[in-house]
Amino acid sequence: MQPAFSVIFLTTLIGMGQGLFLALYTGQVYFVLNVVDKVSTDTFYSIGSAASLGLLILGLVASVFHLGRPERAWRAAAMWRTSWLSREVIILPTVMGLIFLYGLVHYMGWNLTVLTIGAVVIDLSLLIGLVATLAVFSLYIATGMIYACLKFLQEWHSPLTVINYILLGAVSGFTLATLIAAYNQPELIPFFAGWSIVLLVLAFIFRGASLIRNKRLRPKSTIQTAIGIRHNQIKQKAMGFMGGSMNTRDFFHGKTAFFLRSIKSLFIILVFAIPLIMLIIALLKPSVMILAIATVSMYLGLLAERWYFFAEGNHPQNIYYQAIA
Amino acid sequence: MTQLALVIDLNVCVGCHACVTNCKEWNTSGSAGALSDDNPYGKDPTGTFFNRVQTYEVGQFPKTETVHFPKSCLHCEDPPCVPVCPTGASYKREEDGIVLVDYDKCIGCRYCSWACPYGAREIDEHQKVMKKCTLCVDRIYDENLPEAERQPACVLACPTTARVFGDVHDPDSEVSVAIREQGGYQLMPEWGTKPSNHYLPRRKNHVSYKKDELERVDNPLKKEDYQVDASEPSLDDVTSW
Ligand code: SF4
Ligand code: SF4
Repeated sequence: MQPAFSVIFLTTLIGMGQGLFLALYTGQVYFVLNVVDKVSTDTFYSIGSAASLGLLILGLVASVFHLGRPERAWRAAAMWRTSWLSREVIILPTVMGLIFLYGLVHYMGWNLTVLTIGAVVIDLSLLIGLVATLAVFSLYIATGMIYACLKFLQEWHSPLTVINYILLGAVSGFTLATLIAAYNQPELIPFFAGWSIVLLVLAFIFRGASLIRNKRLRPKSTIQTAIGIRHNQIKQKAMGFMGGSMNTRDFFHGKTAFFLRSIKSLFIILVFAIPLIMLIIALLKPSVMILAIATVSMYLGLLAERWYFFAEGNHPQNIYYQAIA
Repeated sequence: MTQLALVIDLNVCVGCHACVTNCKEWNTSGSAGALSDDNPYGKDPTGTFFNRVQTYEVGQFPKTETVHFPKSCLHCEDPPCVPVCPTGASYKREEDGIVLVDYDKCIGCRYCSWACPYGAREIDEHQKVMKKCTLCVDRIYDENLPEAERQPACVLACPTTARVFGDVHDPDSEVSVAIREQGGYQLMPEWGTKPSNHYLPRRKNHVSYKKDELERVDNPLKKEDYQVDASEPSLDDVTSW
């Protein structure tokens, strides 16, 4: 496929924003359950929620550039029964609203106790956070399923697509949370950095699995099934027109195999190698600079990763558009 | 239920592109607005079309055959392009099975074009909405046209009658009979889309004669009498007194 930058920015930005929220909430749950004794301050939650919301809004803005008719975008909520894209369109604003509420409750210090179970105090923000967490996971699933549900895009048609959207979004969000902690509350760095490393390793395993899977795929559609002629030697001589069309522009990246391989190595270094080293350094000797490098490297790497994800999708329609004469 | 569709005979198609031209002409002139073109006479021309005729070479020289292959939306019975559309702009009509795009609802997100394995959808770069073959839904029901002309523009244009239009769910229709009796098939059956349009394969029209079809066995007037031994009476001698 031809990667569209609007979609690359949309998926990476909202993925990171959602991951950041998950990081904040994980911290809160751990504290409430007394697993850790480091409590995040309300300022930390507010800054974190604001950053998360900011990323989601940027993602939404990027998505508008993908639409031919953005003024009608509201119509996209109609077909939620059948379309994952429609589901995403509904869940994204829901997530934004819930994260806004979550941040607001922390910012205003409305820590109303809703329920006490033994020593565990469940306050309003914890409840809102729970609903928001469910919404965040639904959004990850919806985003991943938009691609994973297209069965003839064999590279995408796998649960690995959804898992990778979740893991890569989460790891980028946790890394950003570590950076925010370094600014605001350095005592939280070990917690977030530790989680970031765990997620990073998981993401590496699953992204790697998807790369290996895709390398082994054999296309189900061939020129024989495309035109329905049984013969081993079929060549297209003319695709029917000499100029371009959407079919020749939207479905192929137009880059060399070498370029593709370079992007793959680049994203492995930027998403996994550099942030891993930086996170380990940050655990030993915390510094804003080191974590900023980790976060920026990871985000740039994710742009490359997403580009590669789209470029790797091999659309069967390309069989029909091979030759000009 | 009706399922309108085209049956395209690859044995007859000569690759003249008349269907492409007439399709473009009809569909660029309708009330839905032009099918836009950019730089039609300049460098890098580009434009939106519903129908294309492609050419394939089968075999290795000198034993090759040229196959001309027209391709447009196949109006799949289980169209993967429809459920993915977030707005409901893409839909399949209950009454005749035509897959259509409502240009007033489409947001131009291109998702449906990703979901069509055949590359049958093309976005209109000016109206910014998705377009595709409508089976000339604005012709086939038009009672102002003479009945014979209530057919898709491509079908009317085809000089060799390689394109036949009809209801593939009616077992007695011309299209169903052609599919059944001439080996009609669907494209990319591996995806379970069940295209309604069918293709008829290339066929060799061999005529084989047997010896007794060239030489008369029954030869009452003893003409061409190279076969029968005339010295012996035959049954014919008896009956032709
Ligand atoms: S050919 Fe493509 S656009 Fe037409 S109905 Fe089938 S999937 Fe949809
Ligand atoms: S481009 Fe239009 S018709 Fe296609 S999926 Fe998007 S809204 Fe639906």
